[in-house]
Amino acid sequence: MKDGIGAPVKRKEDKRFTTGKGKYTDDIRNDNQAYAAFVRSPYAHAKVKGIDTSAAMAMDGVIDVLNGQQLTGDGIGNIICGWAITSKDGSPMNMGAWSALATEKVRYVGDAVAVVIAETQALARIAAEAVEVDYEELPVAAHIEAAMADGAPQIHDNAPGNQIYDWELGDEAATDAGLANAAHVTTLNITNNRLSPNPMEPRSAIATYDDAEEHYTLYTTSQNPHVARLVLSAFYNVAPEHKLRVIAPDVGGGFGAKIYIYPEEITCLWASMKTNRSIKWTSDRSEAFLTDAHGRDHVTTAHMGFDADGKITGFKIDTLANIGAYMSLFSSSVPTYLYAPLMSGQYNIQNIHCNVRTYYTNTVPVDAYRGAGRPEATYLVERMMETAAREMGMDPAELRRRNFVQEFPHQTPVLMQYDAGDFPKILQMAQDSADVSGFAARKAEAAKRGKLRGLGYSTFIEACGLAPSKAAGSLGAGVGLWESAEVRVNPVGSIEILTGSHSHGQGHETTFAQIVADRFDLPVENVSIVHGDTDKVQFGMGTYGSRSGPVGMSAVVKAMDKVEAKVKKIAAHTLEASEDDIVIEGGEVKVAGTDKSMAWHEVGLAAYVAHNLPDDMEPGLKETAFFDPVNFSFPSGAFICEVEVDPETGETEIVNFTSADDFGTIINPMIVEGQVHGGVTQGIGQAMLEQVVYDDDGQLLNGSYMDYAMPRAADVPSYSISHHEDSPSPNNPLGVKGCGEAGAIGAPPAVINAITDAIGTNDLAMPATPQAVWNAIQAAK
Amino acid sequence: MYPTKYTKAASIDDVLAALAAGEDAKLLAGGQTLLATMKQHLAAPSDLIDVRAIDGMSGVTTDGDTLVIGAATTHADVAGNADVQRLCPALASLAGGIGDPAVRYAGTIGGSIANNDPAADYPAGLLALGATIVTNTREIAADDFFEGLFTTALDEGEIITAVRVTAPAKAAYMKFRQPASLFALVGVCVADGAGGTRVAVTGAGEDGVFRHEGLEAALSGNWAAAATEGVSVDSDGLMSDMHGSADYRANLIKVLAKRAVDAS
Repeated sequence: MKDGIGAPVKRKEDKRFTTGKGKYTDDIRNDNQAYAAFVRSPYAHAKVKGIDTSAAMAMDGVIDVLNGQQLTGDGIGNIICGWAITSKDGSPMNMGAWSALATEKVRYVGDAVAVVIAETQALARIAAEAVEVDYEELPVAAHIEAAMADGAPQIHDNAPGNQIYDWELGDEAATDAGLANAAHVTTLNITNNRLSPNPMEPRSAIATYDDAEEHYTLYTTSQNPHVARLVLSAFYNVAPEHKLRVIAPDVGGGFGAKIYIYPEEITCLWASMKTNRSIKWTSDRSEAFLTDAHGRDHVTTAHMGFDADGKITGFKIDTLANIGAYMSLFSSSVPTYLYAPLMSGQYNIQNIHCNVRTYYTNTVPVDAYRGAGRPEATYLVERMMETAAREMGMDPAELRRRNFVQEFPHQTPVLMQYDAGDFPKILQMAQDSADVSGFAARKAEAAKRGKLRGLGYSTFIEACGLAPSKAAGSLGAGVGLWESAEVRVNPVGSIEILTGSHSHGQGHETTFAQIVADRFDLPVENVSIVHGDTDKVQFGMGTYGSRSGPVGMSAVVKAMDKVEAKVKKIAAHTLEASEDDIVIEGGEVKVAGTDKSMAWHEVGLAAYVAHNLPDDMEPGLKETAFFDPVNFSFPSGAFICEVEVDPETGETEIVNFTSADDFGTIINPMIVEGQVHGGVTQGIGQAMLEQVVYDDDGQLLNGSYMDYAMPRAADVPSYSISHHEDSPSPNNPLGVKGCGEAGAIGAPPAVINAITDAIGTNDLAMPATPQAVWNAIQAAK
Repeated sequence: MYPTKYTKAASIDDVLAALAAGEDAKLLAGGQTLLATMKQHLAAPSDLIDVRAIDGMSGVTTDGDTLVIGAATTHADVAGNADVQRLCPALASLAGGIGDPAVRYAGTIGGSIANNDPAADYPAGLLALGATIVTNTREIAADDFFEGLFTTALDEGEIITAVRVTAPAKAAYMKFRQPASLFALVGVCVADGAGGTRVAVTGAGEDGVFRHEGLEAALSGNWAAAATEGVSVDSDGLMSDMHGSADYRANLIKVLAKRAVDAS
């Protein structure tokens, strides 16, 4: 099958993207359109004592200025966090109220207090600056340490000491015993730096209210339009689901930041009803830095014990996580169930205990960002392993090998049951590809040029394909995490796939078509994908957590099973043969071993004309399926990073980066490589360049590309990538595991392990900027 | 962006008239700082007076071994000019390393030095090369021109028309880029010639571009990278921000000076 599973088919969607024909939310122009601009707090923590809109309202072309009292007065509900976490003392998490427009208090710089609706975008922005808000400044807690301190400013009344929960996973007593009996204990204090997601397309919304139908339409930059509709209806009371259509058209990158429902979309919907205009809002880059949910921001102390043979005896983790000023949609789950269950890494560890305390701060909310909890866990585990190896005088690869899980299924002490993998083989693939045996010679050669060369590993595992709904529900999730698909075979034989997954860069229009082309032995051009519209697609949970392959494609496969069964029934009936003898190949549906056959499209036509179907068969050829996985999928990989550091400036060049990945079955190797490129580059960004900086007053100090460094092409090497496909996931029909996040999860520790190897000190935090590396070198002198 | 009135000036007199007429008029010489500032609502000039089309404001001529660079000459044109490359390759290289291609094809030498951003490249180059800034009213030595952060010796209504640079015997510019903006975190230009031995530093000084006397003294009469080794670069008076502490910048000044001499 030319374009089937495993073929590097060129992306079908790229013609429109590369020729400027993509249609993004901001490209949409409605009749009767007006523009929203938000009045945002310049203070990180303040009381709102009054809002004077008179100057703005007096401007010609300003339609209305709306505030939070009006919004809550109209019954618009508070924004919710969808995953309930229970503290270890049994108490529920302390979720503070979050109104789309602040009513009495603002809690971070950028918190919206009012919205201006005007005839043009430029005018809306100018008028927003003319809205005078009377603030009474309050003391600020801009960082975790400040939020935890005695006498810290109280950010939400119902969260004493700003703590949201104090949660644990694992057996503390057993872990303490494991550490007490260890021959060696490695201790690290690790900060996981706060990141701004920066999708290329900023967030945007255009909301229209039809007063005759009492119906709303929202175009928005969403990774999961059905989830948006669900919460907008069930929690924010905008409109019941049948009176609200949400469309996520072409979306230019998400990385998690477009999972959530933000104040702006809610406000645009409500304002469209208030003003009877179609309301458009598009974030500029400054607003994106201020208001898109950030990622990471952990401070952790951890201890890992080893016996005399280097076997891990216990791993104890104490983490503080910054949630920001409000609890965003998945914020509670990221530092808990998406984090602690990954602490076993690729290793057989019997005793693990992870304690996580989360705090409010006067900063923008923190939520899932590419990897979501798993990068934080992986960074910790893999820096521990490398550091421990150095402290014990062992080869870091050998220490890993001694601890690898080798038998499957493997139950960890932190919920996860690993189902398939081959960690030693993948590490060996990476070592061979990276020519580890030649490293000493390369290091000596670099030294002659005055450069410090270092090599670092990261052997990581992640949990993708969120997730069994029953298990997620038992852990506090507010939604099920299945996916749905409909497969429509048209009367001419072409096929449309309606999927609840959403593509915002992943290439679903190609890969989803490939699995259909593969199954029915048809050209990939005959298959198209429909997604991103709640009026077209039956339902869906959207795309995040590398779930479109393991969960979304699995739903397509289930629907195809049903289609295939019906096709065979129709063909058997028409060709007067047994269903068991029918085969589908080469564009035909045939009776095996005979010359009797129907063209594929003839079966489609037969189903729809219904002139000659079996007596008990309904006409038509379309089937729907919902797929709920029985387990996560577990992609794993081995990364090896090789760097050269200029000791005079601290500048680090990544001279070689090798990734050996186990993504299970690969549908399109070209797209998978692209995902690895992007993910590793984002991981390198976290490791070497990116960090959101708030000052103690809660002012964002690097809210533009002049000060927030994103990785550029020149910052990264040409990657060396290989794949292991011999341990497919046993828990979904295609054996896929998910590839969207692996790079961002696995790369940061590989980079830092390499730099610390080069400079000979472990005391180096991310981002390892030239200054940070130079400082580390000086401090170690 | 707030509304503004755009005027394309054909002569210096046009500029002066428009400046006098505008309530808060600003010159536009490429706009690579000003337009971005306006888009962020951080500047709202009533008038923008574009000086780029004024006769004689663009292009490079020579007078013996002196380059005369029109104030509205883009960075790309300076970088690509054969006379600049022949007489002062350090300046061509400096201009070719400013910003990115979009910036280099719009930004101009006059716009850059009138703005005098503390992390801009040209101020270090012109100060080290002992350039002369020519205006509609007078000539100003580079030593007198750059006064501090975003501050120059230009008077109200004074317009840069050209920059004169005499070819040095040896010169080079070395820049260590701030990772986000790619502006100079520190940039050091070294020059040796008829104008003496000069070392100018951008990106690092609390008061903007400055000459480093210690490095100049060490290199004077001993133009060799090794001559910088014994020089102590004091971090007093150097900027300290999230991208680089004063100590780190002091270190970079010394490292870059050494490498610049090597490259000259």
